[in-house]
Amino acid sequence: MGIISRGFGGRRRESVPGLPPGQYLTHDFPVLSAGPTPRIPLDRWRFTVTTETGEKTSWNWTEFQALPAEDVTVDIHCVTKWSKLGTTWRGVSLDTLLADVESAADYTMVHSFGGYTTNVPMEDLLDGKAWVAYKFDGEDLEPEHGGPARLLIPHLYFWKSAKWVNGVQLMPDDDPGFWEAAGYHMYGDPWREQRYQGD
Amino acid sequence: MTQPGPRGAALDGNAMAGDLREIFAVDVTAARFMCAGCTHTDAVATLVVWHQSPGLVARCPNCSDVVLRVVRAPDRVYLDLRGSVRLEVPLEGS
Ligand SMILES: [Zn+2]
Repeated sequence: MGIISRGFGGRRRESVPGLPPGQYLTHDFPVLSAGPTPRIPLDRWRFTVTTETGEKTSWNWTEFQALPAEDVTVDIHCVTKWSKLGTTWRGVSLDTLLADVESAADYTMVHSFGGYTTNVPMEDLLDGKAWVAYKFDGEDLEPEHGGPARLLIPHLYFWKSAKWVNGVQLMPDDDPGFWEAAGYHMYGDPWREQRYQGD
Repeated sequence: MTQPGPRGAALDGNAMAGDLREIFAVDVTAARFMCAGCTHTDAVATLVVWHQSPGLVARCPNCSDVVLRVVRAPDRVYLDLRGSVRLEVPLEGS
């Protein structure tokens, strides 16, 4: 840490390209937890898309691993004000997971093992903007960072990138998830500093 | 701050005293909650509080359901009580 991060690891308030307003750069990967870290054996893992009519499409870990994966390099921005630039992930695009799903829903609720939820508009999951990621920096995603798999939706604050993700419920209307119901913004665009309700 | 074990870096309910004092004129950590998940009842100070998080998340020590959430914005505090059936607040002088 010490020498490598010197002059770089602390809080920088000056303008850095790629850094949204009010954010500072970190080279660590802080772990934020709203509860105990669930340990999900891969043979019990399942990802399920549920439409507004209740139709379900799901994949177990083996089926999920057989889907086409993408390597992506993205910047991530946490509402607690740290940003991490150029992070590398491998995962399955939501375009792939939703390709054969028939739905007219405009909104989704993302669900996780452990009970966490977060709401995301359907259009923000599509067109190469969101993945179910299972590798970070070339390694299997650690449980502390959401492994076996987490949502990765880097254009929104990172609380939307639900750790331990296990499904998406498609909804006709927008409903608040875990943090949105407790005062955080329904959408969460870091470039517009949509941190709290009313921002 | 970081201890091993199932609670990880969690604290107890006394960690919420300052935030809750701004909302209530009484010391709410001495109040008793009833968990909406399992009806467990105990002092707010016994809640398991996750604080390395976008807000404070206080979980039931019996069933680990979320009992209350506190989110601080620059000019306001949100208190989400949906996980509590009720708070029982002792009154001074009675
Ligand atoms: Zn309980």
